[in-house]
Amino acid sequence: MRLSEHIYRTASSLAGPLLFVRNVFAARIGEMVRIMPDDGGQIMGEILSIEGDRVLIEIYGESRGMDIQGTSVVFTDSLMQAPLSLDLVGRVFNGSGSPIDCLDMFIPEKKVPVTGAPINPAARARPEEPIETGFSAIDGLNTLVKGQKLPIFSSAGLPARELVAGILRNAGTRGASGGFVTVFAALGLTYHEYAFYRKVLDGMKTGFVAFVNMANEPVMERLLAPRFALSTAEFLAFDKGMDVLVIITDMTNYCDALREISTAREELPGRRGYPGYMYSDLASLYERAGRIRGLKGSVTMLPVLTMPEDDITHPIPDLTGYITEGQIVLSREMHQRALFPPIDVLPSLSRLMQKGIGERHTRGDHRAVANTLYTYYARGRDLRRLEAIVGREGMTKEDTQMLDFADAFEREFIHQGDARRMMGETLDIGIALAEKFRAGT
Amino acid sequence: MTGRILGISGPTVSTDLKGLKLYERVYVGHSRLTGEVVRLSQDKAVIQVYEDTRGLSIGEPIKGLGLPLMVRLSSGLLAGMFDGLQRPLETMRNETGPFITSSREITAVDDKKKWRFHPLRKPGEDVGPGEDIGYLEEGSFRHYIMNRTSAPQKVSWLAEGDIYINDPLGGFENGGEISGHIEWPVRGALPFRKKHAPSLPLVTGQRSIDFLFPLAKGGTAILPGGFGTGKTILEQAVAKFADVDIVVYTGCGERGNEMAEIIDEFFRLKDPWRDQPLTDRTILVVNTSNMPVAAREASIYTAVTMAEYYRDMGYHVLFLADSLSRWAEALREISSSLEEMPGEEGYPTYLSSRLASFIERAGVVETLSGKIGSLSMILSVSPPGGDFTEPVTQACLRATGSFLMLDTSLAHRRHFPAINWSQSYSLYAKDVADHFEMQYSSDWTGLQQWCRELLQKEESLREVAEILGFEGLQDADRLLMRVAEMIRSDFLCQNSFTEDAFSAPEQTFKTIKSIKAFHDQADAMLRKGLALEEAFRRAHEAV
Repeated sequence: MRLSEHIYRTASSLAGPLLFVRNVFAARIGEMVRIMPDDGGQIMGEILSIEGDRVLIEIYGESRGMDIQGTSVVFTDSLMQAPLSLDLVGRVFNGSGSPIDCLDMFIPEKKVPVTGAPINPAARARPEEPIETGFSAIDGLNTLVKGQKLPIFSSAGLPARELVAGILRNAGTRGASGGFVTVFAALGLTYHEYAFYRKVLDGMKTGFVAFVNMANEPVMERLLAPRFALSTAEFLAFDKGMDVLVIITDMTNYCDALREISTAREELPGRRGYPGYMYSDLASLYERAGRIRGLKGSVTMLPVLTMPEDDITHPIPDLTGYITEGQIVLSREMHQRALFPPIDVLPSLSRLMQKGIGERHTRGDHRAVANTLYTYYARGRDLRRLEAIVGREGMTKEDTQMLDFADAFEREFIHQGDARRMMGETLDIGIALAEKFRAGT
Repeated sequence: MTGRILGISGPTVSTDLKGLKLYERVYVGHSRLTGEVVRLSQDKAVIQVYEDTRGLSIGEPIKGLGLPLMVRLSSGLLAGMFDGLQRPLETMRNETGPFITSSREITAVDDKKKWRFHPLRKPGEDVGPGEDIGYLEEGSFRHYIMNRTSAPQKVSWLAEGDIYINDPLGGFENGGEISGHIEWPVRGALPFRKKHAPSLPLVTGQRSIDFLFPLAKGGTAILPGGFGTGKTILEQAVAKFADVDIVVYTGCGERGNEMAEIIDEFFRLKDPWRDQPLTDRTILVVNTSNMPVAAREASIYTAVTMAEYYRDMGYHVLFLADSLSRWAEALREISSSLEEMPGEEGYPTYLSSRLASFIERAGVVETLSGKIGSLSMILSVSPPGGDFTEPVTQACLRATGSFLMLDTSLAHRRHFPAINWSQSYSLYAKDVADHFEMQYSSDWTGLQQWCRELLQKEESLREVAEILGFEGLQDADRLLMRVAEMIRSDFLCQNSFTEDAFSAPEQTFKTIKSIKAFHDQADAMLRKGLALEEAFRRAHEAV
């Protein structure tokens, strides 16, 4: 603990978001600093590394117009902290946690470091209660479970935005005792997207907390916003007993920001220029989802990412897939056939679904229905390729029936437009479809 | 001896402390974080810190301990769950709550528990180095206590009955104490008399492994596969059902929720070979992906040393790690913060030699007391983008004896375990074949060959069928395709969420034999000139 704040005017070099300060005699890793250019104003920064009396600072903001001589740096002796209170609910903040909804800052009940602490694996409770999203393709076949992290793999031009909006509006749990709240973190949003989400949030009125970082706002805030969001989520879940769904969009912007900062720090680039520690960095976000034995709430995460060039082996979806418990994959081909949501259920998977469905959680027949639909649809999709070669005439009756099933399944089960479907409804549609095509034999 | 922190960068810290040794353990900062010396130069030492360095400040003290990083080996490790530095996670949870924030030192094993000691020697007897003196009751296991000195000793006295782990179990005439626990450097292998070639099969209960790619006790295998190919589920299934005495499972940089699942299930399930809960034979070492990177690197060494400790009592120990790629990535992260020259894909150039010397710790050994123990390894690998040409997979291939390739396209078709049958191999197949033939059936190898050939033929036929359609094939080929389909769905597929999760070798053999019988029947009918469908029907009735 230092007795006073230290002010240095010894900045030695400035490159993009990185600032070196010399002759510093007390600094800690991760410490917050206030950077004050001589033209007034102030920007926050964080200490990245220390070598003797030389300190490397990462600037959380725009460094344009800053100079070396006139800039003074105040060392605060504290880590980056998120202010927390129940008053957060219903509010919109920017990437560094300042309100942007024209209301006053709330009075925090407590403050915690934004990076959080890892949950002790021995303290985790097994995720096993479903969250309904209102979409059949997710609820029925890739059920989301409290405490799970399930990413949406989208591609440029696909309606991930509309899907997220639908989930924002409709998601909920059956009998959430402590309340249900959605924490929404938007990273690198264009104004067009922002306007869209803003309308959705305004329509919701409450039950959300939003952290918004726009495309033209500092890159560093893009790394910070999800950490604010998750600290908030952990507070609401484990201090206040709520079930919290965290939606982060778009993780591709996050990873690009990470790459940008890493390159500026002259670190060794890994695959496609992304830093070698991207796995650990992503894990430090995703692994904050979970439930804790003996506590009521839960943090569930639904990160959205755009696969560059529709490539699922690109490092961003690849590393994400290795950390998360499954994935929801959107299909360009289905989108072109005007199906919404265009979720391709074959490569999609919810690893924790098995524990979250059935008698106690959704309905006794859920597992059987999901298995039948999956098997029929997989068969139908396989046959589509054969159909392309031999033509429909060359196929057996059973095979053509499976082809018809696949079409009907996409039109009636997957496709639902803007309507919200309850779990029961989803399963009933599934049963009806399976019956219809089974009966025909 | 105390020095100061000079610089901090990620998980590494430099100090001006003199007189440190390489790989010596140090305390870093006021909060006494654990670190290890990784580089020494004239005027400074570089330390790798095993905990989060956030909040650490220059000028904070550094203290050398004069000892390398140690593992504590004693009874009470079984059924335990530790982090990469062998801190008991359950105790940590009870003491500091659900989040890991403090860096307090906690001993691995509860020292307030009593263990029953049975001496096997009498005062006045001579005990050679490594020979047993007595044993503690640890669950259903005999936890042998041996002469850990390097010379023969004469026993002067021995305790008997219920004893605390920190109390002496006896003494030697030279004044030495017989202790129930030892401290061993994490990175050093425990000694043994000599190594033998693996020859006993390691039954996993997975039909595709036991039948097509059998593993051996003391052997090593890797399980590489892209995400969603079921690496973890397969590793867990093997951890549950393998016919070994003790299982050490290392969750290295993986998901926290999976660990919650393991704890839950291992507590409920019974060991199929002995009537006791699975937890009683299992040690879990867990360093999830969000826990500090450097401890992730140490975790596999911590785990394998505990495995060797039980091996030396003459037990068959299985070491599972999920996933080795995360370990390699931790190595890369540390290497890059040390500013070492990178090799392929940024991994340090010593990746393959480190891996090889780690994997060499497996094997069948004759212990110092002449018992036979084994340490087998099954390691999962997560190649980025499912591309097996990457450095970690390739380095593992050279060092291990078995390659069980998990196939993304099989996984998409929900064929689990998604072991690709044309690419995978096991170098132990020949070594253990005799054993299978003697114990189960003399047809074992013949049947294996038949099954392999059939699956291979099916693959080429499938290409033809894609063009001509199934109807375009000859009857004999259609039969072959049908039988291959049976092998795939009824034999190779195994649902690890049902009763079928474990298949004993007898059962495995029976299943494949009945499929062969069906094939032979139907084939004979076809030769007699029957139509295909008719042949199927009759063969079904006959079998």
